[in-house]
Parts: sequence; structure tokens; C-alpha cells
Amino acid sequence: MTAPTNAPTLVRRRRRRREVSLAYLLVLPSLLVFALFAFYPLVRTFQEGFYLVSPQGERIRFIGFEQYRNVLTSETFRNSMWVTAKFVLITVPGGLILGVALALLAHRQLKGIAIFRTVFSSTVATSVAVASVMWLTLIGPQFGLLNYWLGREGAEAIDLLQDPNTALYAVALSTIWQNLGAVFIIMLAGLQAVPDDLLEAARIDGAGSWARFRYITLPMLSPVLLFASVILTLNAFQAFGQIDLLTPGGGPLKSTNVIVYDIYDKAFRGGSSDVGVASATAGLLFLILLALTLLQFRFLERRVFYGN
Amino acid sequence: MATERAMSGRPGRGLLIAKRIGSYALLVAVAFVVLFPIYITVVNSLLPTREILARPPTFFPTSPRFSAYTEAFGAGHLGRYLVNSFIVTSLITAGQVGTAILAAYAFAFLDFPLKRTIFFAFLATLMVPFEVTIVSNYDTIVNKLGWGDSYQALVLPFLATGFAAFLLRQTFLGVPRDLRDAAALDGYGHLRFLGRVVVPLARPTIAALSVFSFLLAWNQYLWPLIVTNDEKYRTVQIGLKALRGESLDKLDVVFAGTIIAAIPIFVLLIVFNKQLVRGLTQGAVKG
Repeated sequence: MTAPTNAPTLVRRRRRRREVSLAYLLVLPSLLVFALFAFYPLVRTFQEGFYLVSPQGERIRFIGFEQYRNVLTSETFRNSMWVTAKFVLITVPGGLILGVALALLAHRQLKGIAIFRTVFSSTVATSVAVASVMWLTLIGPQFGLLNYWLGREGAEAIDLLQDPNTALYAVALSTIWQNLGAVFIIMLAGLQAVPDDLLEAARIDGAGSWARFRYITLPMLSPVLLFASVILTLNAFQAFGQIDLLTPGGGPLKSTNVIVYDIYDKAFRGGSSDVGVASATAGLLFLILLALTLLQFRFLERRVFYGN
Repeated sequence: MATERAMSGRPGRGLLIAKRIGSYALLVAVAFVVLFPIYITVVNSLLPTREILARPPTFFPTSPRFSAYTEAFGAGHLGRYLVNSFIVTSLITAGQVGTAILAAYAFAFLDFPLKRTIFFAFLATLMVPFEVTIVSNYDTIVNKLGWGDSYQALVLPFLATGFAAFLLRQTFLGVPRDLRDAAALDGYGHLRFLGRVVVPLARPTIAALSVFSFLLAWNQYLWPLIVTNDEKYRTVQIGLKALRGESLDKLDVVFAGTIIAAIPIFVLLIVFNKQLVRGLTQGAVKG
């Protein structure tokens, strides 16, 4: 019986080959989607950014990095970067602080606390469109209640969305509200992971509630805070819907013209169609987001408590 | 000072009750602030526009009317938009979860050349936000393929995500390898093992992922805005924008439309609360 010694390796090899083709078959659908709608358009975006493009969408001339330089030095791009930065700096800390505050409030053993937890997480069910229209009741022209309350004392009528000094803050407020439910859920889960006996031991040692929060809860919450701040920052950089619904056109004096709105404005809003500049802007946005994600992880990793 | 410390060590009954009342008062006040925009939207949807604009504002409608809701469905086409949103969102959710299950199985249980490279490509998609590629994607899908105003334009780009595949791979890696060997002895092929053993074991994660995908797809705004003009294909989010643009003198219809658009997701949140929380906190708490 010497012949069969070859047979098992043959069978194994055939099985192995079948396994490999199965594996490729399984990853293929995803890879197709990624190739067609993520990688190819990403390359195309950078490529298109090198061309002067006519309003009809035809490439006129290759101008290479000059286009990127033009965009970087343009008033519009600088303004939209500044607006976006302000928007990030308002909505991210604002969302985190309010989210933690709500979570601390709801992290107690009280009868009926489940109802309050549901209420606090309720805005997670609102889309950007729903949240924005709901906020019109507060900041909308003519009928916004905040306008009404703030303007009752003064002589002039207040219109938060029409005033270049306040429009971005008003939009940011509605964004913070929309994010609040999700941040609350994440923070509450983080608080529940802090061991009670640790807090109890600190209390017995005489640590006040602020000291317990500052030296136990907050450090143990740091991975969750990192996670939420990354998500909120990326979200803020990609903000679009609230701008389009609350301040169509990019706001008074372009004061809410965040970067994604600027791309949309240049590529899709009739008249000012400029695909080359829009592509270059999108390419720059990609680089910013990439750098930001990497930087944020690197920077925060060192200061974050991961246990042990 | 001394008495205060003594009391905080073992608070008296009266103080305990006072503290508890204070807690509830604070909770109620904060809940009121959080819910206020939703409440006012509901109130405004029940008032004629002239009363929405009236000052001082109405907070408790004495004679509510529901005509704005029927009008939102009738002239506002909200029914059509809701159906579109359901179709598009269901297809995207099924696609994302389906493609992720398949790919995750390959990454967790199979060995193949270029596995690391392909896995890296999956992860790299997390670094390419859709906002960056819309200009080019619009060119491909609308200009080149001529798919403007179609379901495939709304669905196809979102049928797979690196995040979903990554999340499921992590979960599948937790399935004991002995199970695979045992299943192989029973004559299970890979696909049968995936369908009968792995997927049922990973059901909590798959459920969380589905709810999360549904929520994100339902809420999409920018892409549906630029690829649909025809109200036949418009999703409900874009329908809200249209409603707001069309009926400047019909604010009640705009607010009624908003409530209608919000209700499906509120129901989803209540029914699948556990899955949603899992989906949101996955990766956050476990590090």
C-alpha cells in the first residue's frame, strides 16, 4: 500500500485551493464597492484637482499644484477653514461637557431613572434634517423663540441666523443638541464601567465628590472621551445638512460656510460650478482629516488610561 | 465642619429626602430643556401658521388641529418619501451587513494570499469619508452611468463599509476554532458553518450593527440631496428640505412633516434600544 500516500496531499491541496478561491469570493463584493466608490473617486478627486475645469465640467488645462496653491491662498478657502475650525471648537467641547454632565446626572440609583435616561438619549433618534427643522422653532426667522426671548429687552428684533456674528453659534447649538443623545449614551456606558468599590474606597478615605470625579472617574472615562471626541471632531468637519437647512447659501457674509458646504457650493450649486476647485478643496479636506485622525490618536494615546 | 462631616458619613433621614427631591428637580428641569425643541415642534404642527408667528407665542394649543399632518402626506408627498427612505435604507442595511458577514468570515477563518493587504484596504476605507469623494462619485454615477434619480444611485455606494467588516471580524475571532473542526468532522462546509454556527453566535453584534447601519442610512442627507431631483426618488430627509422651501406660509406643514420623519427612528430607538446602545458603545468602552 504505497500508492495512497500521495492521495491525501492531493486532496488537501485541492481543498486548500478551494478555500483560497472561496476567501476571494467572500471579500470580492466589499472590495468592488470600495474600489468603485472610495478608492477610485479618491484618486480621481486628486487628479481632477490638477485641472482647470469649465463650468460645463470639461477639463480645460492641466495646472498641477498651482490649483492647490490657489485654493490654499483663496479668501473662500481660508474663510471656510476658519469657520470649520470654530465650528469644531464649539461643538466638540460643548458636546462632550454636556454629555458627561447628563451622564453624571443620570448615573444614580433612583426610582424612575430609566425614564430620564430614555429622555436624555432621545435626540439620538433625530437626523440632521429633523434636528435642524426642529431648531427652527427656536432660532428660525420671525418665529424663533430664542430670537423672541433675547430680543424682548432691546429695541431691535434679533435674528440669530441672519446675523453674521451669531449664525454659526446658532447652528452649532442645534448640532450639539442633535449629538447630545449619542454622547450621553456613550458616556453613561463609560461611567457604568467605573468600579463602584473604587469610588467607595476613595469616599471612605475622605475624598470629596469633586476629587472622586477628578482623580478616579475622569481618568477612567478617558478612553471613552477619546472615542467620543474623535467621532465628534470628524462629524464636525463633515457638517453639511444643518448649514444647508438653517443657513442656505453658507450664511450671512459666508459666516457658516464650512468646508463641505464650500465643496458643495462650488461643485453643485448652479452658476458657480467649478469642479476643479471643488476637487482640490476636497483633496485638502481629505488630507486634513487624515492628519487629524492620526494626530489625535497619537497625542491622546499617551494620556489615556486603559486600565492596568 | 465637624457636624457636616458626621452628616455626610451618615446622613439623616430628612437630609436624604431633601437630597432626593433636589435630584429629581434637577433631572426634571434638564429633561424639560432637552425635550423642549421636540415639544415646541409638536405644538407648532398643531397650530395654523398665523398663530406660530403670533407674539406672545402659544405653548399650549387650546384648539389643536391635525390638518397639517394630512397636508404633509397629501400635497407634501411625505408618504412617497417615507416609502423611498424605507426601500433605500433597508437595501443599504441588508447590503452592509451581508457583505460584512462574508468578508469577516474570510478574514477570521480562512487563509489566503494577500490577506493582510486586503484587510488593510478594508481599514483604509475608514479614512476616506464620503464627503471627500462626492464630486467624483457624482461624476461617475450621474454623469457617466446616467443614474441620477434612481434607487441604485442612492444604494450602491453604501453596500459595504470597512467598519462593519472590521467589527464582525473581531466578533468572529471570538468563536472557538474547535467549533470549526467539530463542524468539519460533521461534514459542514465553510458556508454551512458560517450560516448555522458563526452567524447565530454573533447575533448580538449583527443586530447592533444592523440597527446602527439603518440609523445612519436613514439619516443620510448630502448624497440623496445631490442625486435626486425627482420627488419619485426623494428620501424623507430631502423631503423636509423641499417642504421647507415650498411652503413658506405653511410652517405647520413643515413641522408636521418633521414629526412624521422622526417617528420611525423614535420607534426604532425604543424597540431596539439595547442594540443601539451596543452599537454606539462598541469600541468605546472595551477600548
